[in-house]
Amino acid sequence: MEKILEILDIEKYYGNKSSLTKAIDHISFDVSKGEFISIMGASGSGKTTLLNCISTIDRVTSGHIYLEGQDITKLKGNSLNKFRREELGFIFQDFNLLDTLTSYENIALALSIQNVKFKEIDKKIKDISEKLGIKDILNKYPYQLSGGQKQRVAAARAIITNPKLILADEPTGALDSKSAKMLLESLENLNKELQATILMVTHDAFTSSYASRVIFIKDGKIFHELIKGNDSRKEFFDKIIDVVTLLGGNLNDAL
Amino acid sequence: MMLYKLSLGNIKKSFKDYAIYFFTLILGVAVFYIFNAIDSQTIMLEVTSSTRAIIDLMISMLSGVSVFVSFILGFLIIYASRFLMKRRHLEFGIYMTLGMSKGSISKILLIETILIGLISLIVGLFLGIIISQTMSIFVANMFEASLTKFAFVLSYPAILKTIGYFSIMYLIVMIFNTINISKCKLIDLINASKKSEKVKLKNPIICLILFILSCISLAYAYYLVLGSDESLQEASEILLPIFIGCVATFVLFWSMSGMILRFVKKIKSFYYKDLNSFTFRQISSKINTTVMSMSVICIMLFLTICILSSALSLKNSLNANLKELAPVDIQFYKTLNIDESYLNNGYTLEQIEDSKITLKENLENLRLDYKKYFKDIVDLNTYTSNDLTLEKTLGSLYSKFHEKYPFMTFDTAEELIKLSDYNKLARLFNKEELALGNNEYIIVADYDTVVDIRNEALKENTAIVIDNQKYFPKIKECVDGFVYISSNHINTGIIVVPDEALENAHPEKNVLTANYNASNEEEKEKIEEKVLALNENEDALKTVLSGSTKMQIKEASVGLGAMITFIGIYLGIIFLITSAALLSLKELSESTDNKNRYQMLRKIGVDEKMIHKSLFMQILIFFLAPLLVALFHSIFGIKFCNKILITMGTDQLLASILITALILVLIYGGYFLITYYSSKWIIDEK
Repeated sequence: MEKILEILDIEKYYGNKSSLTKAIDHISFDVSKGEFISIMGASGSGKTTLLNCISTIDRVTSGHIYLEGQDITKLKGNSLNKFRREELGFIFQDFNLLDTLTSYENIALALSIQNVKFKEIDKKIKDISEKLGIKDILNKYPYQLSGGQKQRVAAARAIITNPKLILADEPTGALDSKSAKMLLESLENLNKELQATILMVTHDAFTSSYASRVIFIKDGKIFHELIKGNDSRKEFFDKIIDVVTLLGGNLNDAL
Repeated sequence: MMLYKLSLGNIKKSFKDYAIYFFTLILGVAVFYIFNAIDSQTIMLEVTSSTRAIIDLMISMLSGVSVFVSFILGFLIIYASRFLMKRRHLEFGIYMTLGMSKGSISKILLIETILIGLISLIVGLFLGIIISQTMSIFVANMFEASLTKFAFVLSYPAILKTIGYFSIMYLIVMIFNTINISKCKLIDLINASKKSEKVKLKNPIICLILFILSCISLAYAYYLVLGSDESLQEASEILLPIFIGCVATFVLFWSMSGMILRFVKKIKSFYYKDLNSFTFRQISSKINTTVMSMSVICIMLFLTICILSSALSLKNSLNANLKELAPVDIQFYKTLNIDESYLNNGYTLEQIEDSKITLKENLENLRLDYKKYFKDIVDLNTYTSNDLTLEKTLGSLYSKFHEKYPFMTFDTAEELIKLSDYNKLARLFNKEELALGNNEYIIVADYDTVVDIRNEALKENTAIVIDNQKYFPKIKECVDGFVYISSNHINTGIIVVPDEALENAHPEKNVLTANYNASNEEEKEKIEEKVLALNENEDALKTVLSGSTKMQIKEASVGLGAMITFIGIYLGIIFLITSAALLSLKELSESTDNKNRYQMLRKIGVDEKMIHKSLFMQILIFFLAPLLVALFHSIFGIKFCNKILITMGTDQLLASILITALILVLIYGGYFLITYYSSKWIIDEK
């Protein structure tokens, strides 16, 4: 498989000389095209920091991150924004939809800031909304939607630009279990049908079980890695739970 | 002490939020001081006693206006402090969860208000004192007086007054804050920032209908004001169009907030470009939630523009009129041959007796050596003919005009003048001399409304009858001119006829026009003093003699102009500051709420440049919307002002509109820029 993301020995420190926190401590891993990766860890394990570094929202202290061979730790200013809007898609725990815009307009915004013509925007939205089952709610405002619907709109916004990598930060964090399941099935769908590469951060074992690979992080270091392979989702879920237990109950909110 | 530290810290910390508040307070204090300290600036002026009286009148009017101004500023300050309070709900919530009592929070607010009040008063007064030093030049210029000396002046009464008025305002703010805090619930305070906005959808059809309705009623209001000649005979009639205008403005903003978005959304290739969809949604929701304040601001801006431009043009045209309308130094006039029937009915026996002698005889009796002091003397009589009234001069058109202007008096006798007399005067006034055929007449007038009426009659070739002889108009319109010097265009018409026509007519008035026999200003002033001494001369008071001098007209007119200008500028600037500050505060409080939205935009990779552009557009449109509507109103407002001030002349309108525009751009534009940069600052902070 083609390597799409290469993380090379990155470190991230917070604080100053007197009190130094190592959020990420020498992490390296690769992501291939079409993979669905879940990064698991407890609160404070450094998983969100890792995601922020990959998404260029935060900067690494040392090390390199290559997306299709381009070192994104070297990007600055507007080229960072350009990179974010053209190469990445985001799904956030709190949806990050603009409450003044309708679902349609929220999705369209991702394309309109790339100067895509309206005809094309319209075509793409129709296309993606059908795949994610949000066709009927396109003209509604976020406050009229349930959490699950909001997150699927956010997912549509993330995928519509055809990004090289979709980053999801606790996408099910604010959803009830039924909505979470629907969203995860949608993500699985996107991953399988459109070969979207997804990197998801979560502390929820059930959510992780939808991924094809799970990376466990503890205290800023990679602790373990699980590959789904040919397991069923149930089997994979059990394996994840085993590792979580091994992690020492730090993930006691896993289920 | 702990609370004091907390308060001080809060002010320092939230200086950004307070910047516009401070700026407004300081400006308010400074303007308040400057206009209340004008009297101390006029002390240095070398002016006559009559000008001094006008200055005193102006000062007492300014202090009356100041009470009104303090109400406006007080309202603004309370409004602003409530905005700032809202921003800090979470902070208060945290204090309360930590166990601080509402009393202590009120105390923090109290200390903050006192600190802010003190700082703004000190800085504002300092600024005001500095600026008011330069005001003396302006004041001198306004009163066309010479500045005898230039000294640094502090007006203690004005300082005390400023401190007093603002202290009361701050006190009211404190009371409001305390009430506000005592009403707050902890849960609301903590959740204050979490409220997400519900987009209220307005029915598009209702919007469209209301939009059309408001446009129609605005058009109707404009028509009422300017549409026809017969409109607005009485001052109170202006209230109806004003009322319609206010309501229509409100409805216009209400419907527009829904319409704009709908309209822009239709242009899909524009709406779905860059951040346009976001930008217009923001603008629409902003206008949506501020319809009331937008309307108030719009009307205040309208008032500002009208007040400033009319006040300034009035002053300018008064000055311009003076050169034209008072071309000679002095004019005496008296009514001749007052009928005995007026005895004890407005006239005394002495006066009726006096009306039988000429002006020259009067002056000799009063020992004013007119031959020595005056030159270019023109002594003439005007006449009336018993049955020649305005009604007759209008001829067949009388009934039409009577219907149109029911309150106008048409039965006053027309004043007549001999052609040769008028020409003598015209030569002196540097006006064109007239020529008449045997049975011809010309009407000389310069009061626009009456000129219009008379012109219609002249066009009809209306004949007048004097001594059983018919006369026809030589020219089909009035000739611009006057016989009596004055500060305004108030000549409603004098009929010039051939000399022979008035042989048997009744002399109405004796008019003596002259220049002072002097070679420089100083000598002129000496003669003026001699003439004005007649005002105190008992013998003179018994006569029916009256007169006006160029200098008197000038002083009265300059004083009036200056007074109106000062009050106009004072009110105009206060209105302008208030409306700009309201917009600015609204925008800034929104910016804080919007911070999250911009953060979201950044996360999905929107360029800073695009974000700033969107912010700029939002604020620009937010500031422009009320201004544009106000400008549109003003086109009619200014025309109306001109109409009622028509006697003052309107030649100077362009210059005053330019000055108004300059003031508008400076203050309103200044607020716009501060708002934009503060907003940018707020949304850019991580």
